Amino acid sequence: MNTGQQHQDIKFNDDSLELVKKMISRYPEGKQKSALLPVLHLAQAEFDGWLSVPVMDYVASLLNIKPIEVYEVASFYTMFNLKPVGKCLIEVCRTSSCWLMGAEDIVRHIEKKLGIKDGETTKDGMFTLKTVECLGSCGTAPMLMCGAQFHENLTTEKVDTLLANLKTEGKRKTYLDDVTIDNY
Amino acid sequence: MGRKLLLKNDHIPGIQGYDVYRQHGGYASVEKALKSMTPEAVVEEVKKSGLRGRGGAGFPTGMKWSFLAKPAGVPRYLVCNADESEPGTFKDRYLMSRIPHLLIEGMITSSFALGANTSYIYVRGEYFYITRILEKAIAEAYANGWLGKNILGTGYSLDLYVQVGGGAYICGEETALLESLEGKRGNPRIKPPFPAVKGVWDCPTVVNNVETIAAVVPIVNDGGEAYASIGIGKSTGTKLISASGHINKPGVYEIEMGITVEEFIYSEEYCGGIRNGRELKAVVAGGSSVPILPKNLILKTAAGEPRLMSYESLADGGFVTGTMMGSGGFIAMDDTTSIVKNLYTFTRFYHHESCGQCSPCREGTGWMEKVLHKILDGHGTLKDVDLLWDIQKNIEGKTICPLGEAAAWPVAAAIRHFRSEFEEFVKNPTRIKDVKHYYRLNNLPEPVI
Ligand SMILES: Cc1cc2nc3c(=O)[nH]c(=O)nc-3n(C[C@H](O)[C@H](O)[C@H](O)COP(=O)(O)O)c2cc1C
Ligand code: SF4
Ligand code: FES
Repeated sequence: MNTGQQHQDIKFNDDSLELVKKMISRYPEGKQKSALLPVLHLAQAEFDGWLSVPVMDYVASLLNIKPIEVYEVASFYTMFNLKPVGKCLIEVCRTSSCWLMGAEDIVRHIEKKLGIKDGETTKDGMFTLKTVECLGSCGTAPMLMCGAQFHENLTTEKVDTLLANLKTEGKRKTYLDDVTIDNY
Repeated sequence: MGRKLLLKNDHIPGIQGYDVYRQHGGYASVEKALKSMTPEAVVEEVKKSGLRGRGGAGFPTGMKWSFLAKPAGVPRYLVCNADESEPGTFKDRYLMSRIPHLLIEGMITSSFALGANTSYIYVRGEYFYITRILEKAIAEAYANGWLGKNILGTGYSLDLYVQVGGGAYICGEETALLESLEGKRGNPRIKPPFPAVKGVWDCPTVVNNVETIAAVVPIVNDGGEAYASIGIGKSTGTKLISASGHINKPGVYEIEMGITVEEFIYSEEYCGGIRNGRELKAVVAGGSSVPILPKNLILKTAAGEPRLMSYESLADGGFVTGTMMGSGGFIAMDDTTSIVKNLYTFTRFYHHESCGQCSPCREGTGWMEKVLHKILDGHGTLKDVDLLWDIQKNIEGKTICPLGEAAAWPVAAAIRHFRSEFEEFVKNPTRIKDVKHYYRLNNLPEPVI
């Protein structure tokens, strides 16, 4: 299911464990499995942006469910990475409205700029490029998402600035990050 | 200017926060419902309003609510569908990030009507940041006594939680959403039983779209009849339209049902016409699943009547010459657009999003994607166009959930209205060149066909 690389010493810190408890409390007694998706998001954000088998086993133990129940869910939803990804996962929308507004040019530009193809990671482990389906930002197309942040009304110049900034920052982006909301 | 019910205050600075929202009449519907109405009376107003589900199917909301089973001693749930993933649709995102308290208020009033003491808002995973906005609004609502135990001293209690998805369009289908809320794969359930009888954790559940729930606020405030007086025929009230594609002013617009499509596309109040002085070629009027219509048929019905933005008028002519309101995802395409390539992006989407339970959907969507890819690669034959028609026909009506149909309809409509364009590519593969490098960002191409 993954590339042989594995995590060691997997354990949430106290804050995260507190958060997991809070998540479980949202559902009726005995329905703690409902917390699986939110807990997987938390785990992915804490453990280097992907879910290795030991991480999934740890999540299973936290929720008192069987590991297979975690694997089958993690492999169903596209936001969960079962292989390591770069610090910045660049998800470019390619569906109709974005395609109409030039998404293919954006993808091609990023491929050239980073020297990778769709689905690949740069050698320095900084960027992974992934084309994705409609992200609900069709009115501000073309767009991409990196971590939790939407980048909209893209031009090739905007992409250049973004990639340069991300590289300088050098930080891992996660879906749990705070975002700045410009359009809305 | 058209009347606005949901977005009338969305441009007020600070409306995201509780204080400003409250100063502008926020939470009045909760006060009114809990203090002076019975749950049945609220359901009655929603019935009178004629409100129809805004998630895509257009089912009458009051009727759906009255189907909710009420066995003694079993909890009931209201689950808000904020999975919004139908390509072309972004209105729920706008509403939730711009005026989150409107959804929270609607959830409280609606939960009261349904007798639910715990409710959930299921938000698509990619809108993670919106879960933060909603959680902040919910915390403010708790702090001000609109949520929790014994709200306003009426004895009614409600807890409201946000649930986040993991990136799967199929979880917008209500039974898949409930599976996902239970921490499982988003495989749609076989119906019946319907969620109103057996929903989340086997308890009676109502699933409603974000916009539907928000509309309950003005309905309770002003009465069902006032709401029903807006709009036309069985399309009452206002509708949020997500407008995208080759128009001058993409964005979310609240329209009164019944304005003409022509006004919507060309007036300055809405889309502001087609970009770069181009001609309109085609429109997908209600999100990726609904049939695409060429310019002549989207502006006028086959009978030559102006087409209106309403459930009935958009559907006039059935699938032969009409389309559907769907989720209100309005995608406009100018004359440089390749309908075949656009269809390919839709078909690829459905293949990617099929949950894989039913063979006609799992295999059919992939097969259609491959055939379209072959045509766009310059290797198509005339037989491939007929093959596409056959595949889509064999998906329709043979699957557990409507995703199969949602994948089939766009293919059928594209062939029905633009067959000559498919044939042109098949007969002249060199024409594909124009499409492959079509729509460069800064360099407009010539019309494709
Ligand atoms: C494949 C598929 C995807 C759907 N996606 C959504 C969605 O993203 N949001 C939504 O509100 N309804 C969606 N629906 C419709 C829901 O199943 C359901 O009808 C709706 O949430 C009911 O709410 P309403 O009556 O308020 O519209 C989808 C249906 C299907 C078949
Ligand atoms: S129609 Fe498609 S998405 Fe729906 S249940 Fe069947 S395989 Fe899954
Ligand atoms: S089509 Fe790209 S965000 Fe919707």
